[in-house]
Amino acid sequence: MGTELPVNLSEFQATLCILFLILAPLSGCGLALINAGLGRSRNAAHSMMAALCIVAVAACAWFVCGWAFEGYPGGLTYSFQAAGRQWYWLGAEPWFFRGLVASLPSAGSSAFLFAWFGIIAAGLAGLIPLGSSSDRWRLGAICGSTALLAGVTFPLFGHWSWGGGWLAQLGLNFHLGRGYIDAGGSGTIHATGGLTALAIAWIVGPRRGKYGSEGMPMALPGHNAVLVLFGCMVAFVGWLGLNSAGAVLFAGAGTAQIPMTAINTLMGASAGALAAAIVTRLRFGKPDASLTANGWVGGLVAGSAGCAFLPPAVMIIVGLVAGALVPFLVELLDLRLEIDDPGGAISVHAAGGIWGVLAAGLFGGLGTAGSPGQLTAQVVGVATLIGFVLPLTYGLNWLLNLVRPQRVGIEGDQQGMDLHELGAGAYPEFVTHTDDFMR
Amino acid sequence: MKIAGFLLLLAGWALVLSALALLTRAVPRDVFVAAGVAVEALGLILSVRAHLTPASEPRRNGN
Repeated sequence: MGTELPVNLSEFQATLCILFLILAPLSGCGLALINAGLGRSRNAAHSMMAALCIVAVAACAWFVCGWAFEGYPGGLTYSFQAAGRQWYWLGAEPWFFRGLVASLPSAGSSAFLFAWFGIIAAGLAGLIPLGSSSDRWRLGAICGSTALLAGVTFPLFGHWSWGGGWLAQLGLNFHLGRGYIDAGGSGTIHATGGLTALAIAWIVGPRRGKYGSEGMPMALPGHNAVLVLFGCMVAFVGWLGLNSAGAVLFAGAGTAQIPMTAINTLMGASAGALAAAIVTRLRFGKPDASLTANGWVGGLVAGSAGCAFLPPAVMIIVGLVAGALVPFLVELLDLRLEIDDPGGAISVHAAGGIWGVLAAGLFGGLGTAGSPGQLTAQVVGVATLIGFVLPLTYGLNWLLNLVRPQRVGIEGDQQGMDLHELGAGAYPEFVTHTDDFMR
Repeated sequence: MKIAGFLLLLAGWALVLSALALLTRAVPRDVFVAAGVAVEALGLILSVRAHLTPASEPRRNGN
């Protein structure tokens, strides 16, 4: 056990960070609205209830062990020696925030900021799988899966990238640029959540009636485009806070870089939405609202990793690629790979997050982070996400599924999750249509 | 096939870590990192294929 390099924040940086962290939970509110709107009306209350439970369970899991496993730069950590280098692999803070409370008031402030950022990030990562598995994922299983994500998977990768772990030290140990860079969490929050979304979508399978006997997918459109588009706007405000706080905590951004971080966040989202709107207009004759919304979020996701140092012109390219990818990936998953992802979580968060991480290395030379080996550091990060995080999160959710099936039974499919699990619908004045689930 | 796919993912990651730990020169290290990523890509393709419903079986709708 040892400690790594500490992060010293000035009082002004800490104050800025507190202001940004107050805004950051709106990113989760936006995602919850988007997930609810893209699901069916008979599952809307369940979706929002699940979002609330996810945030609550993630906060508790983070309190119990998540913070202890992630730690922070300068905190306690487990390490081992290999190939002549120190590999920091797991945070060693005391469980139940005991180390944080003990450090008050002397050195506690920056540690508390890292803990606060982490608790919001864990909740946001937990909300992502809800998008891919809504309409058939049991509430109890959602809570169990979130506990595993926020208590094990997310803090483990979080320590490597944000807690001063071996990925963050790639620059120091292996001369790979500045080490793995991911200020706003393209990889740490979104790719981790998106890959968990893929694992759970595989485990629970598609919604009943999604695929016909010949394998032809049926369109099951979201029930409320207004919720989805309003969710995008709410998420943007949250992202401003999250990216700016991440820029201060993980990229050492000062007053000069914060406006650029905010501009970059907006440029990435705007380019993503426009790209998705143009692609869907060209392909289907009219712009598609839900895919444009997903393009907006895809731009936010992809822009997060390099938000603190990439020039705005580059951020437009990053957003354009992310937004243009979304319609194609949604179609690929739906038509070819038989992955039923109602909220587009895999295309937006997993693919967008991985693209964002790579883009930070690819275009890092144009900004202040440019140095040889940066792209290799980012590729190592992506290889860790796909080669380690995906099998880990699949394995944990597979075990959970053995204990209690994650998918709702056939009655839940027929009644809708609202009636089946909550006993009341989101829109009680609506007449219940049975034709779409009695096939 | 699912297990093979996930084992390939882990093997690719192990290759990337080995390249970092054992190779000091940039070019061979980057080549081995790329090889590790390629192995992971194969593992991902295998995992995706393992989750597709075979044409001979009734279509899986979760139940």
